[in-house]
Amino acid sequence: MTTNTSEQQAVPFWRDERYLQVIIQVVLVGAVVGFIYYLIHNLVTGLEASGQPLTLSFLKQTAQFDIGEKLIEYSRASTYARAFLVGLLNTIKVSFLGIILATILGIIIGVARLSNNWLINKLASIYVEFLRNIPLLVLLVFLAAGVFFKLPKVQHAVALGKIAFLTNRGVFVAWGEPTASWPFYVWALIIALFVALVVAVILIRQGRETGRMPLYWLWGTVAFLVVAAIGWIVITLATPQPPLRLSLPELAGRNFKGGTSWSPEFMALLLGLVIYTAAYIAEVVRAGIQSVSKGQREAAGALGLSGFQTMRLVVFPQALRVIVPPLTSQYLNLTKNSSLAIAVGYPDLFAVGGTIINQSGRAIEAISLTMMVYLTFSLITSLFMNWYNQRIRLVER
Amino acid sequence: MSEPVIICRDVHKWYGQFHALRGIDLEVDKGEVIVIFGPSGSGKSTFIRTINRLEEHQQGTIIVNGIELSHDVRNIAAIRKEVGMVFQQFNLFPHLAVMQNITLGPIQVRKWKKKKAEEIAMQLLERVGIPEQAEKYPGQLSGGQQQRVAIARALAMQPQIMLFDEPTSALDPEMIKEVLDVMVELAESGMTILAVTHEMGFARAVADRMLFMDAGSIVESGPPSQIFENPQEDRTKLFLSQILQH
Amino acid sequence: MTTTASTTQGEVLPPPTERYTVLGWLKKNLFGSWLDAILTILAALFIAWAVYTGANWVFKTARWDVIVNNFALFMKGQYPTEEAWRLWLVIYLAAAIGGLMWGVFVRSREMAGWLLLILPLLFALAALALGSNVWINVLLIDVVALVAYFLGRTFPKQLQRPTITLLLLYLPLILLIVRGFGENGFMPQVGTNFWGGLLLSLLLAIIGIVFSFPIGVLLALGRQSELKAIHWLSVIYIEVIRGVPLVTLLFMGMVMLPYVLPAGLRIDNFIRVAVAIVMFAAAYLAENVRGGLQSIPKGQYEAADAIALGGFAKMTRIILPQALRAVIPVLVGQFIGLFKDTSLVALVGLFDLLGIARAVLANPNYIGTQLEVYTFIALVYWVFSYGLSYASKRLETSLGVGER
Repeated sequence: MTTNTSEQQAVPFWRDERYLQVIIQVVLVGAVVGFIYYLIHNLVTGLEASGQPLTLSFLKQTAQFDIGEKLIEYSRASTYARAFLVGLLNTIKVSFLGIILATILGIIIGVARLSNNWLINKLASIYVEFLRNIPLLVLLVFLAAGVFFKLPKVQHAVALGKIAFLTNRGVFVAWGEPTASWPFYVWALIIALFVALVVAVILIRQGRETGRMPLYWLWGTVAFLVVAAIGWIVITLATPQPPLRLSLPELAGRNFKGGTSWSPEFMALLLGLVIYTAAYIAEVVRAGIQSVSKGQREAAGALGLSGFQTMRLVVFPQALRVIVPPLTSQYLNLTKNSSLAIAVGYPDLFAVGGTIINQSGRAIEAISLTMMVYLTFSLITSLFMNWYNQRIRLVER
Repeated sequence: MSEPVIICRDVHKWYGQFHALRGIDLEVDKGEVIVIFGPSGSGKSTFIRTINRLEEHQQGTIIVNGIELSHDVRNIAAIRKEVGMVFQQFNLFPHLAVMQNITLGPIQVRKWKKKKAEEIAMQLLERVGIPEQAEKYPGQLSGGQQQRVAIARALAMQPQIMLFDEPTSALDPEMIKEVLDVMVELAESGMTILAVTHEMGFARAVADRMLFMDAGSIVESGPPSQIFENPQEDRTKLFLSQILQH
Repeated sequence: MTTTASTTQGEVLPPPTERYTVLGWLKKNLFGSWLDAILTILAALFIAWAVYTGANWVFKTARWDVIVNNFALFMKGQYPTEEAWRLWLVIYLAAAIGGLMWGVFVRSREMAGWLLLILPLLFALAALALGSNVWINVLLIDVVALVAYFLGRTFPKQLQRPTITLLLLYLPLILLIVRGFGENGFMPQVGTNFWGGLLLSLLLAIIGIVFSFPIGVLLALGRQSELKAIHWLSVIYIEVIRGVPLVTLLFMGMVMLPYVLPAGLRIDNFIRVAVAIVMFAAAYLAENVRGGLQSIPKGQYEAADAIALGGFAKMTRIILPQALRAVIPVLVGQFIGLFKDTSLVALVGLFDLLGIARAVLANPNYIGTQLEVYTFIALVYWVFSYGLSYASKRLETSLGVGER
């Protein structure tokens, strides 16, 4: 090459953009790492000076405190680790139920906001505008201290027929009590699920061939219900008792017997999370449906699709794409917000963590563990979102 | 004989596996007006964008005004000061009024006083024929007016060289002429110009040289008379027949 | 239509659908179909029941003395009454800045939006109900706001910069006024442990949004950066903070902050929660700003490069002004969210609006007034949040944000 050598002379590195980029990054990472090291160094020396070096070994010690609500075996003699697990399961329980109920309520209100009925529309708007502008925590303490703990004492319970009683000790409701034949029925349910899946798969395959997708989820559900009902009848006839027996709550002395009960703490938290998140979900649903342009509906109408077909085949699939990502983040929000359980006294992960801190003094370790769990939830959520967005993008091309 | 203001030797560029520029050699003299044309995807925009480093070339040499484009940040800034650019989509700054759009570079980069910058900006607005729009925002102007502001903005830096990247492609037909008029006037004033454009009337009127690019290389170059009347390459003939058909 | 009167050609007539009557409206909007009619009746019954029960409670059962007697406590916590004039001053300043902004930037005569902007202020005002000077203050604050508004309208060009400067100076100024300095003198120091009620909630929210702003913008730029190390550092910070509940951060701030700082440096609870809130808000703000950055077309970067602007000028002159303008509505939303979120500091023992509410309820004189107290503070939160979001919507339409 005949390049002029004087112009090919090496550029001093402080003016070369390639080196500059590396230098900037090294300096910045160095500064951040150094800063974090400095903080951690302070933390470790501070804790050592106070005789409490960072360690997770305390998890194996006995907790020595009770937890009011638990889904697994737990007693004062259990370990801190077990206490954490109890809290985690309680968090999952309230979040899971909350997500389902909030979705149902949110969809109802979101659709109501699009209603042509002026009154319904306005009611839904007021609901949304009110709940979105107050703090969840205030709603929770309002429901706990102002509603559920203010219910009458057990002896003067508010009875809703014979199936439910509202008291300040919790809500007692009728419940199915498993009998000796229940284990058989579990198998019947598994078979029903299997049949439902087979029906759905067959219908989907058929739909792919004909190009007309049947309502596979509807027929699958029907199949499940039919098999489950047959199983119920067969088992009831074969063994002389039904798998579940109705158990009504009855006042026995100072408490209720029979049925099942939900504590006021749990009810306040669940109800608060549900009605609060539903307001946000309603907005997500409304925005999703409105995002499908009028042109799409008109085009579907022009093709001669019926109103139901237009919703099912044109509007819904498109709205779903807009709805799913924000809906997922609302679910994550609900899960994170369940940490406010501590304000109403429900023993979720964070509240149990608080008790552990009081008992063991291991504040930093306990909070870090709690944060890790929430981070895991959010990581799972973002993995799902990435997968979903990728899938949508593939469909679009 | 003075040095050419732009020297390109064996310039290559890849986008991933795609070989976008395949060894471009070009020398441009001061005051020369060059029109680059060719089918879409032929690398003509990529090529002129390498001259002010909006795209980085990966092999070969580009020397502008005696300064070599390398990884030296000082050189990149120096060259950009001397090279003005006009984009297909105007790329005016929508949050700034026309006057601020034009004076931003001179004040920030050339370090002129605001007053001086505004005086020169006003002269340029008169030159492109829209002095009355100085206080308006780009969103309030027509496409043709916006592109003329964009030209004034590039000129305000007092560049040695002007690059035009399909300056009329995003314009409605009735606005093309007002922009071309400005460009013709600029060409006649002795500015060094590299323009990617399919406005053959403009090329015929003012171009000193035309370059036909296809598949990342310069297929043919020559004065407009030769390119229009007697193209040497089949690809040039075919392309010209396609665009001149209507 | 079978109208008998002949219509002259070319005569401008209202469309037939516009000529509906009350009955027509009812039929169209409430009783369009059987389902609609049933829903309407059910909804009406529900409303009647709710209004009856609600009114009964509000006017007969509820004990509002708990609110009336503790009003000052709810508004300013333990802030000394003889220093309350400083809080009034803070509100005067807010009224002046609000009026100026409305006059300089919005310039519409529309008083409805105006009033809604100062409604929260009025609330705070009536709130500081101390002694006999309240109504004079309310009046004077209105006057200040109006004067500022007309000044802004008359000299929009000249006052643009001063207004923005004032807005930027507002937080340091009010912190100085609220905190005071020196033992004696005319503004003696009032420790943060005396700050409480709505005052504390608002201060934390303002501090949160203002201090998190520069951090959030840097994080957003970092996340967009092509330099991998910077990109990943930003992503990790943003995602970790967004992945955990605020309450865990608050606990972490309370517990950990004293340890990570050099030994011997004591910081009070207010600063601990403020740090946690700022860290929290920065991550969310970064994501909002990133949304704005992504809305800037690539051509804007290229045009800035083409006129040889340096990286700093390119960002501060071209990219950020546009990106931030695009996200103003979202940032207002974030501020409202943050204001609501400050209620969580009650969980770590601070006496914000909710914390004061809990303290009042612990007073044996007010046993059983949970409904009254929580309804009241919910209403305060609601008025502020809704008022602000309404005003910002108005501002948005008249500024045409995101249009240019």
